[in-house]
Amino acid sequence: MKRKPMILKIFENDRGGQIVLGVLAVVVLYVTFANLLFSEGSFLHISTYTVTLLGKYLAFALLALSLDLVWGYLGILSLGHGAFFALGGYAWAMYLMLQIGDRGVYGNAELPDFMVFMNLQELPWFWYGFEYPLFAFFMAMFVPGLLAFVFGWFAFKSRVTGVYLSIMTQALTYALMLAFFRNDMGFGGNNGLTDFKDILGFSLQDDGTRVLLLILSFLALVLGYLISRYIINSRLGRVAMAIRDGESRVRFLGYRVESFKLFIFVVSAVMAGVAGALYVPQVGIINPNLFSPLFSIELVIWVAIGGRGTLYGAIIGAFIVNYASTYFTSALPEVWLYALGGLFVVVTLYLPKGIVGIVKKEKNVTAVS
Amino acid sequence: MQKILQIAFLNLLFSFSLFANFETDIKPLTENSFLKKENTVEKLVSKYSENEKLHTLLKAMLDGELYYSRKEFVVLKDDEVTNLLGEKLERNRKIFKKVKTNNKLRSVIRNRLSQLNLFSKDVEIRFESAKNIRSNLEKDSIPLIEKALKFETDSSVKDIHLESEAILKARFGNFEEKKIAVQNLGDFLSPEALQVLKEIEAEGGELSKLASKSIASIESSRSFFSFLETIFFGLSQGSVLLLAAMGLAITFGVMKVINMAHGEMMMIGAYTAFTIQQIFPNLIEYSILLAIPLAFLVSGIFGVIIERLVIKHLYGRPLETLLATFGISLLLQQLVRTIYSPLNQNVETPEWMSGALEINSALALTYNRLYIIIFAFLVFLGVLLLLKKSSLGLKVRAVTQNREMAKAMGIKTGYIDAITFGIGSGIAGVAGVALSQLTNVGPNLGQAYIVDSFMVVVFGGVGNLWGTLIGAVSLGEINKFIEPVAGAVLAKVIILIFIILFIQKRPKGLFPQKGREE
Repeated sequence: MKRKPMILKIFENDRGGQIVLGVLAVVVLYVTFANLLFSEGSFLHISTYTVTLLGKYLAFALLALSLDLVWGYLGILSLGHGAFFALGGYAWAMYLMLQIGDRGVYGNAELPDFMVFMNLQELPWFWYGFEYPLFAFFMAMFVPGLLAFVFGWFAFKSRVTGVYLSIMTQALTYALMLAFFRNDMGFGGNNGLTDFKDILGFSLQDDGTRVLLLILSFLALVLGYLISRYIINSRLGRVAMAIRDGESRVRFLGYRVESFKLFIFVVSAVMAGVAGALYVPQVGIINPNLFSPLFSIELVIWVAIGGRGTLYGAIIGAFIVNYASTYFTSALPEVWLYALGGLFVVVTLYLPKGIVGIVKKEKNVTAVS
Repeated sequence: MQKILQIAFLNLLFSFSLFANFETDIKPLTENSFLKKENTVEKLVSKYSENEKLHTLLKAMLDGELYYSRKEFVVLKDDEVTNLLGEKLERNRKIFKKVKTNNKLRSVIRNRLSQLNLFSKDVEIRFESAKNIRSNLEKDSIPLIEKALKFETDSSVKDIHLESEAILKARFGNFEEKKIAVQNLGDFLSPEALQVLKEIEAEGGELSKLASKSIASIESSRSFFSFLETIFFGLSQGSVLLLAAMGLAITFGVMKVINMAHGEMMMIGAYTAFTIQQIFPNLIEYSILLAIPLAFLVSGIFGVIIERLVIKHLYGRPLETLLATFGISLLLQQLVRTIYSPLNQNVETPEWMSGALEINSALALTYNRLYIIIFAFLVFLGVLLLLKKSSLGLKVRAVTQNREMAKAMGIKTGYIDAITFGIGSGIAGVAGVALSQLTNVGPNLGQAYIVDSFMVVVFGGVGNLWGTLIGAVSLGEINKFIEPVAGAVLAKVIILIFIILFIQKRPKGLFPQKGREE
């Protein structure tokens, strides 16, 4: 029997994923060309604002994907995934911050503005090395991964599961939020890090840079999707799903449940960190609000609306909710929080499988009839 | 006849001269020189210490409310003109000029006023003025203090006088007096005593050793009292946590329902207290008492509605319950923002809850915290009795332990579920009323407590009310003891980490429920 190439194997039995990524690829390509080729007056032109918005959604989609990996396939409802996202974002923002150089308000070549403001004389030790993009990018993956590893090590070893684990993850991100809000943490306090100028030598104000970031985000999403698919198609993934459905039974069969959980949890956290690193240069600011329990739980609803345990459902959910959020917060800001609150209730009560569930159900019905 | 006339005349003369004297003696206050005014004040105090008018005069002068015309002195406050006896006068306020004071003059007046107050009939006033004297001691205060000591009947005021006397003697007495005074000062606590002793210690000599001994004694008792104070603060925070967590101990601990909208139930209770104060602005003193049962009802009804509409459909699916109730919490917050405002509101504290219970100069317990501690424990007892002794409690426990069997025995399980959830939410509402006395009321009030209360319940052991009590109090205490060392935020982080580690060792909390695992 001929071995299929890996990429085809990954997409086997995954029409949904093929469609979603296909559509996204078309959209990204279209936006890229419409932004770069047509001049501002043209009616085919797509504004840089839209490019950036789409890039932001893609970063969020990657974050939702990472959550679906642990929630949909491992049964861990993490209410603290925003923390990994934010940590990745902060790591990359630190690089961007040091790129500003003497173009800050205070014109200090060594120190970012907020440190001058705080009367610091030199860079704190934990900022060392962040002027190197490779190191910063490594840290954007390493720090969330390390946190996930340490947290998961303790939590899974002591067999904290279900709701308890969820609340622990929420407490984790809550604690981090409190810590990052402190000015003397050395991460800019509640103002966060902002006023970025360059990324890897390219100006962030440039349309070309924005488009490049959009494409990078898309590629990162595709890569994250492939990795996730690969994991769940492998034996590892099947064990993970078995853990989700009957943890004790898997343990009694002789599997080291903790190790499986830990591995997938760390992979997911790293993905979230990368998403954060992509988010920061496009949005242009990062502050401790990303650590807020509200953000983390909001992203749970993205996954829930899209349909958990399908991967591509998470991407759909992230796009729909964030688009709605962008639309409502400018058009009807009062309504948005009602709508969001209502979504939580309606989805859990009436749409346990999310949007993907509706589509699939109708297909099954037509197939039967 | 002649004699009578004479007496009448003399009397007239005497009384005339008495009042005329006061009226004439205060005339120099209109002069521009502050020094002259000061001398006048001194003279007035020594001469008319029994005269009520002097009191009014000095007080008005201190507050910048004393005005004069060519004829008379008046108090002008909020556009109302009164004379020195407090009677209203119909005058055009434009003819009056202000009696100007400067800082030095005001401090002199303040001192003299507190001396006058030393002989007031009101113990509270005497107490305050004795403290005032103690913090502004002068060499020539000794006779005054001795006079006051003879006059004084209240022991706590007497103590302050004794302390002042000892401080003065330690400073200005002869050697023997100094020696005794320095030794005596070791029994007192005030910062003033400590300061005098430190000065004497610095001077060296024989007294220095005695002084260091007394300082050591003062400092050890002060640190003991500050330890007590920390315990009190911890207890206070623990009782707030207890109030917040008790409702959760029922909905989460007994019913196993994760209610993320629990904090919002507290918020609703707090807003109930706020609304009542808005409706009855004249009843601030009693509104809080009215708010407690009402908040219980309002939050309870919200709880029942939520249970019937949403949670009922999600039993046995904890993660979904968590998400749905979180959505509800967002809805309720937004509702409050729409109805009231996104801004924080202030709920006023009634008179009987403000102020502090002063045990001594090193330890003062604020009444609102004191009442909340007592209140929390009362509520705890109430919940305990309700669950353990009432027939409703029996049914609640029956349903949560074995739903099918309870149903078979004829208990309406759906009804019990709704009532239990309502009670849990109602208690949260009551907790909200208590919170409204400590902080401002805002849409985010509940959010700050939700994580903490879950921590308490998990730490104490799910399904165990005593565990919740111990958990709340110990977390409050730990927090308050770490806070001075690490700062408020770091203390919180440390506690979260502590609990995460604690759950490692004892996943079922401090007091696990005995029995079979599900």
